[in-house]
Amino acid sequence: MKMQNSTASSGGPALTDGSGAAAILAAGIGCFALSVLAIAGDKWAAIKNSLVFYRPTGPLSGVTTTAILIWLMVWGILEWRWRNRSVAAGRINAAALALLFLSLVLTFPPVVDLF
Amino acid sequence: MEITSRALWTLVHGMGFGALYLVAFSGALVELYRFSTVSPASEIDPGRERFVKIYLLTMVVLAWAAVLTGAYVIYPWYRAVPPSGTADLSMYPQRLLMAGPATSGWHSLGMEWKEHVAWFAPISMTMVAFVFIRYGRDLKRHRQLRAAVLSFAVASLVSAGIAGFWGAMINKYAPVQGGSTIQLSRGDEK
Repeated sequence: MKMQNSTASSGGPALTDGSGAAAILAAGIGCFALSVLAIAGDKWAAIKNSLVFYRPTGPLSGVTTTAILIWLMVWGILEWRWRNRSVAAGRINAAALALLFLSLVLTFPPVVDLF
Repeated sequence: MEITSRALWTLVHGMGFGALYLVAFSGALVELYRFSTVSPASEIDPGRERFVKIYLLTMVVLAWAAVLTGAYVIYPWYRAVPPSGTADLSMYPQRLLMAGPATSGWHSLGMEWKEHVAWFAPISMTMVAFVFIRYGRDLKRHRQLRAAVLSFAVASLVSAGIAGFWGAMINKYAPVQGGSTIQLSRGDEK
């Protein structure tokens, strides 16, 4: 995606949008990862068993823990890369919102049953 | 008047963390919108900005507390497997719901959806709080970020609303029961 150096807007120097875009895209990816892991755990017994991190909670423990780790890792990497940059925030936010929308749809059980 | 420890935990999870989170949303959305539209940005009171940051952080704590108590305290009681031959399933809510065609949907649709979609609320709200704390009044300069933050905040509300609705309905048809009994008050004898 198109990157630029730091930006300034009316009223003096402003923070670049890279840090915010990193947090937004990471949140979208984290939600999407959770929905994909939930579907994978629902469809394949081997994955379901491997996602049991805490037996009383079952596969939900692995689905959520793994998704949170993916979210935080992606966020850390993007923050490190984009912190002081201006990025193509429009496209990044559109991607994040698309991932969020897909996540909401993919957790709906009748949709999960289609796979 | 008494309550079981499991019912108390359910109350703390649903009414304490979950409902409070949903109630807090109206204020959060109004403030986020206000900070996005007030012009110029320098007119925003720093004290108010600090208050909104603390408000959003409190919401983040509530959201995480709701999903963590739900997944690691209450859900194990909900999905407990009864010993074979158990006739009374009242202590095993998931099995109780799945035992009848009129109630199985509360689990297969309600809980299956709730247990996953609920996590979008804390993830989204953590991002919203981070971006607001990072940018504060400067968020007004970033139209794209502002739009995404407001969208994720609404998605967080929707996720929490879905989880809250199904949680309340499931607990109505198959309440989590058991644990030690806590005496809240002693009623007058008649």
